[in-house]
Amino acid sequence: MELRTIVLALRQALVEEMDRDSSVILLGEDIAVFGGAYRVTEGLLARYGESRVRDTPISEAGIVGAGVGAAMTGLRPVVEIQFNDFLACAMDQICNQAAKMRFMMGGQVKVPLVIRAPVGATGRAAQHSQSLEAWFMHTPGLKVVFPCTPYDAKGLLASAIRDDNPVMFFEHKLLYGGSSPGGKAKTAVDGLGEAFRAAPEGEYLVPLGVADIKRAGRDVTIVATGLTLHKSLSAADILAREGIEAEVIDPRTLVPLDRETILASVRRTGRLVVASEDQLTCGVASEIAAIVAEEALWYLDAPIRRVSVPDTPIPFAPGLEHAVLPQTQTIVEAVRSTMAGPAGRAPGGGTP
Amino acid sequence: MDKATALGLYRKMVEIRRFEEKLYHLFSTRDMPGSMHQYNGEEAVAVGVCAHLSPADYITSTHRGHGHCIAKGADIRAVMAEMFAKSTGCCRGMGGSMHIADFSVGMLGANGIVAAGIPIAGGAGLTCQVQGKGHVSVAFFGDGAANEGAFHEAVNLAAVWRLPVVFVCENNVYGFSTHYRRTMLLENIADRAAAYGIPGVVVDGMDLRIVHAAAGEAVRRARDGEGPTLLECKTYRFMGHSRFEPSSYRTKKELEEWKKRDPIALFRSALLAEAGVPEAEIVQVERTVDEVIEESVRFAEQSPDPAPGDWRRWIFAGEDA
Repeated sequence: MELRTIVLALRQALVEEMDRDSSVILLGEDIAVFGGAYRVTEGLLARYGESRVRDTPISEAGIVGAGVGAAMTGLRPVVEIQFNDFLACAMDQICNQAAKMRFMMGGQVKVPLVIRAPVGATGRAAQHSQSLEAWFMHTPGLKVVFPCTPYDAKGLLASAIRDDNPVMFFEHKLLYGGSSPGGKAKTAVDGLGEAFRAAPEGEYLVPLGVADIKRAGRDVTIVATGLTLHKSLSAADILAREGIEAEVIDPRTLVPLDRETILASVRRTGRLVVASEDQLTCGVASEIAAIVAEEALWYLDAPIRRVSVPDTPIPFAPGLEHAVLPQTQTIVEAVRSTMAGPAGRAPGGGTP
Repeated sequence: MDKATALGLYRKMVEIRRFEEKLYHLFSTRDMPGSMHQYNGEEAVAVGVCAHLSPADYITSTHRGHGHCIAKGADIRAVMAEMFAKSTGCCRGMGGSMHIADFSVGMLGANGIVAAGIPIAGGAGLTCQVQGKGHVSVAFFGDGAANEGAFHEAVNLAAVWRLPVVFVCENNVYGFSTHYRRTMLLENIADRAAAYGIPGVVVDGMDLRIVHAAAGEAVRRARDGEGPTLLECKTYRFMGHSRFEPSSYRTKKELEEWKKRDPIALFRSALLAEAGVPEAEIVQVERTVDEVIEESVRFAEQSPDPAPGDWRRWIFAGEDA
């Protein structure tokens, strides 16, 4: 059976990994009896029992700390944090403990811990809408994964669970495709194109650190993650009608980052737009832009453009939320501005 | 407690004391790297608790972790070499005093963040419970840590899951400079156990025999699946909070009063008077320990520094040079 939503793909990855490795356990708020706020762990309590699928108190530092200690001593915990905003409550255990333990102890220990957390703005205002990937990119010792298709979600989660390091695994709420117990659709993925590739059942791995070119193009490189990747694909469709062929790259993992795929693309296209749903300053796009500026400046025909959330908390009012998020149209406009270039050069440049 | 066991525990306490005294001398006379937090005065707690643990059991520690490391059975040469930031140190010179650890004996690490080891000990206890091999986990922490949220979250989680964990609070009266009664209204931190529905036990942390007995029961409960215990050991640190910190916040008289109940002197007297151990045997143990400490310093001195690129080696597993 093909798994057409990320919720189903993630659940199947957990099933396959828990079947093959009894050291994989699940911890989190409302994940067992209720099946998870976004339904990822639905049915797993019945399948694996309460020793391996555990509801926790609302204690993010305690949950992550338990995951760290369990990972250091032989288990492979997968911790669910209900909203990525709540990671703030567990920052010490993530950034001072999990990330640094192996390093500080001179390689004596491995910390094979996965922390899953939903990101993205969905009308819930500033404390339930963030995309905090960059916080964790800034802490050496953590891997950072952000799939945007069912296929990638399943293969990346399997790789994350088998990885011997702490992995922050981010999932965009609007890409889950699950529905609430009441049947109300929590997310809408109907508008996504063929790039929203279904996942097959059965074992396969998507390696950490390998980007995926979701659309090939010669004129401009767009790097994006999560929901913004799909908005970038929509933007590419619009741009194609104007004769601009955009290459859309999904890094899939931000740490390790597949620099070579991004740099090779920019060296071909000569233009770069980076789109991400986090805030602009010191964000995902900033880092990618900096790498390209350092490594491929002389291949650029136009200034790099970042499309991110301005430096503001996410507002509640739907119109304002929409206004601050990267949208298909803002990505289109960013690409057009790079195509104009200072000298009005025609598309298809990219010679050093 | 038979004579051999008693002498063994005495030796561990003396190892910790001599290690700390040697370290103080080294810091006073040489350019040693970093800082340190010393365990002098609290030896009966680490030794009395760890006496009930095997290398397959786990402990987590604090910024004041030398004593826990030695009590759990770490190689003293490797611990000393870590103080010198040498590549032969138990953390290969990457951690130092505040991150001292020896996973080969279940010592999961000192910790530079107050209370952070408590949830980690809970997680180690989770492994013990899931694996079902009868192993247990112990969290050592100070009075100051009992006011951190991590303490509350971890003890509650361990209680509700009945994890095989012992929470050992070393109440040494001061969190850095601040008397613990200025930070909480309770006389006994163990009273907080009631809030989590687990037993809370208060003992004299200067008397090895009392700590040993109470820890034995707490560890037994954990091994038998009866869940965690909060064991508060009333103790006192004889040195400043950290390297050469002058302790202006406490009186000399208070320090001298506590020193009259030095855990090593107390237990030595008990060995002589009650266990009938000849003094010559005790002196022999002390001399042996002196030599062990001296040898650890020689080992550290002769060990190489980390290589210039060693910082790259352990950021991620699977990428070791």
